[in-house]
Amino acid sequence: MKTQFLMGNEAIALGAIAAGVNAVAGYPGTPSTEVLETVAKNNNGNIYVEWSINEKAAMELTAGAAYTGARTMVTMKQVGLNVASDPLMSLAYLGVKGAMVVMVADDPGPISSQTEQDTRAFAAFSKLPCFDPSSVQEAYEMIQDAFRYSAEYNTPVFFRPTTRVCHAYASIQVKDPSDYVINKPEGFIKDTSRWVIFPRTTYLSHIKIEERNTLLQQVLSKYEKNTIIPGSLESPARKAIASHGISFSYVQDSLKNFDQRPAILKVATPFPFPEQLALEFLKNVDEVLCIEELDPVIERSLTYICGKHHLKVNIRGKLTGDISPAGENTCDSVKTALIKFLELAPASDIPDYSDAPALPARPPVLCAGCPHRASFYAVKQAMKNTKSLFCGDIGCYTLGNAMPLDMVDTCLCMGAGVNIAQGIGHLEPDTSCFAFVGDSTFFAAAITGVINAMYNKADMTLIVLDNSTTAMTGHQPHPGTGIRMMEFANGSRPEKPIDVANRINIEQVLKGIGLKTVKTVNPLELDKAISCVSSVAAEPGVKAIIFKSPCIVLEKSSSSAIVDPIKCINCKKCIRELGCPALTTDTDGRLVINQALCTGCMLCSQVCPVRAIDRKN
Amino acid sequence: MNKNILLCGVGGQGIVLASKLIAQAAMENSLPVMSAETIGMAQKGGSVFSHVRIGSDLSTPMIPKGGADVIIGFEPAEAVRMLPYLKKDGTVIVNSCPTKPVTAMLSASSYTGKEMLAYLKKNVERLTVVDCERAASEIGSLKVVNMILLGAAAATGELPISMADIKTCLAKRLKPQLLEMNYKALEYTLNVKG
Repeated sequence: MKTQFLMGNEAIALGAIAAGVNAVAGYPGTPSTEVLETVAKNNNGNIYVEWSINEKAAMELTAGAAYTGARTMVTMKQVGLNVASDPLMSLAYLGVKGAMVVMVADDPGPISSQTEQDTRAFAAFSKLPCFDPSSVQEAYEMIQDAFRYSAEYNTPVFFRPTTRVCHAYASIQVKDPSDYVINKPEGFIKDTSRWVIFPRTTYLSHIKIEERNTLLQQVLSKYEKNTIIPGSLESPARKAIASHGISFSYVQDSLKNFDQRPAILKVATPFPFPEQLALEFLKNVDEVLCIEELDPVIERSLTYICGKHHLKVNIRGKLTGDISPAGENTCDSVKTALIKFLELAPASDIPDYSDAPALPARPPVLCAGCPHRASFYAVKQAMKNTKSLFCGDIGCYTLGNAMPLDMVDTCLCMGAGVNIAQGIGHLEPDTSCFAFVGDSTFFAAAITGVINAMYNKADMTLIVLDNSTTAMTGHQPHPGTGIRMMEFANGSRPEKPIDVANRINIEQVLKGIGLKTVKTVNPLELDKAISCVSSVAAEPGVKAIIFKSPCIVLEKSSSSAIVDPIKCINCKKCIRELGCPALTTDTDGRLVINQALCTGCMLCSQVCPVRAIDRKN
Repeated sequence: MNKNILLCGVGGQGIVLASKLIAQAAMENSLPVMSAETIGMAQKGGSVFSHVRIGSDLSTPMIPKGGADVIIGFEPAEAVRMLPYLKKDGTVIVNSCPTKPVTAMLSASSYTGKEMLAYLKKNVERLTVVDCERAASEIGSLKVVNMILLGAAAATGELPISMADIKTCLAKRLKPQLLEMNYKALEYTLNVKG
């Protein structure tokens, strides 16, 4: 054993390696991304690792790998599970041979997501066991338990940390490589009764799954991470807490300040629910406060158990209005709920800062120099005074919605904009419909939408914002980059694609689908970009523009722009039109360019009516 | 005894590296550490924070309100935003230079940062104000604001780690040619005072 300071996601990755994982695939998404990256960076070359094209592909690939007897892991965020749910729902009936952990990171808040869905509920829906870690150390240990249970019961199992576990850091105890599990896959053995799903197979499996899950309720009641932490002697009579995940750690932290410490039921496996353990816990209490995030999973389970066993226990939580139905819990929200539940005197030691001056709001914005700003601006200028619609996508370019660009009229889920533009276009033929996608999301979720548009004779313009990376989640490679995760094995770090032949060309894909007009333009050449949009948008049918310019976070710039104070008439058109964070004003209200932020993209100089902005020498 | 340090500012100011250095320096002194930081969309120009907790009695990386021994504010308004987290008699180190958000530029908001500094002066006894723009131009790099503030925090003696610890950790992370400039940034407030 040794101590390492690790991010939760790094701990999960190292735990999976310690559990003998043979193959890992996934699709990037906050807060899950670093798990796969850490496996890739710590790969001795014996683990197969890839960023798949999307979560469905990753799920199917890791299932196939597990059919050989391999131990596999698939990683994604909670909305990715929706994309991968088709293979997973069926796989639940077939099971696996080696082991398969479905690592899905949930995002209460939400902090970086479209939904506040709860993978614990998805586990119950798909009838698959689910592990829910409460700290970085526990995540490291529990992922290994997840592999063990998966191997023992031949079923995929969920492992679902939340953002505050994924992105927390802690100094934790990790195993030495000599203590790692070594799993040698037996190989795929043909057996149609096992690997080919049919209605009859499903019926028979369904019976077995229900039997297994009933058994697991008992088995998991003895799992050491499902526990009852006894209360202190001074604890209020017959009041107790049930919690899970990071909320459990908030409960522990808050109770340190209290003299009374009620008993706590900590639920590490929300499904199958540890019913026998819960019964033991409920025996000695009159009232339980369930402190959980997202769905009231524990609360419903305890309410059900009370009903089933005729227990006279009052179960409180989200359903009774004691805990917020939405958003994440915090140390402070948990403390407040505990004080109310335990009928303690509220803390009075926190000073009041409500008289502070009005704080500026800081919504996230596109980076200074981001080429997406130029692309959005070019389309906006070209389509000025026309009836146009701009469908957005999931990624950095979602930030194109912010003022002053205001270029995202719809955003639903990854790839949806391509089809939404068609839907609106068919009903409003006089509207010029645009769909914006990123390069990674083009491959992940947009290609079928473009084929749909061609086949059904839609009238729309596809805009691909190609910055040659998956920027929002921290710059993962994708099919268009040609870089693969295996190239990170043994500590190497490929800067440029090794296998250039494998770069998939977006323009050729679109031409292959049958688009007659596919133009590639540099958005930072503003006039050319505007005239390109005007001419392409005027054509009938499905057409595309690829705005190609690298992400400025990857291609570090050494240049910047400066304002000539003599020429500048301080009209602030650049600020009003572009909203670039590098464009700001000094104490006298005069335009200045923040040299720490500016990348010298020179978009502002092309917008300036008096040419007062130049490149700094 | 646990020490809680909260770093806050605007995405892109180098808060993550500063908090990593504190954590690493504590680890080297065999102190248990937990931390948490903003990752994701808010990193792009939004309000960001990093919680660092050092000590043996930790159950969560998140600092509760009224729990921070030290707040290192990379931006005046962000320091004020996080004041409810400051312990009674806690220490605040703040950069006096504001980062005006795009929304404030568009709405001709009156935000200058000065109102925030005045509020901090009124409400925080142990306050260190650093003009990071001036400091950075004297040092000759705009990218060392995080080191200037971290050095100023270490100089108060309120961090459970020393300036020397931070330097040792920095030497392990940075290319040798960048070290001198970063050391200069760390020691900036010491030299100004001295």
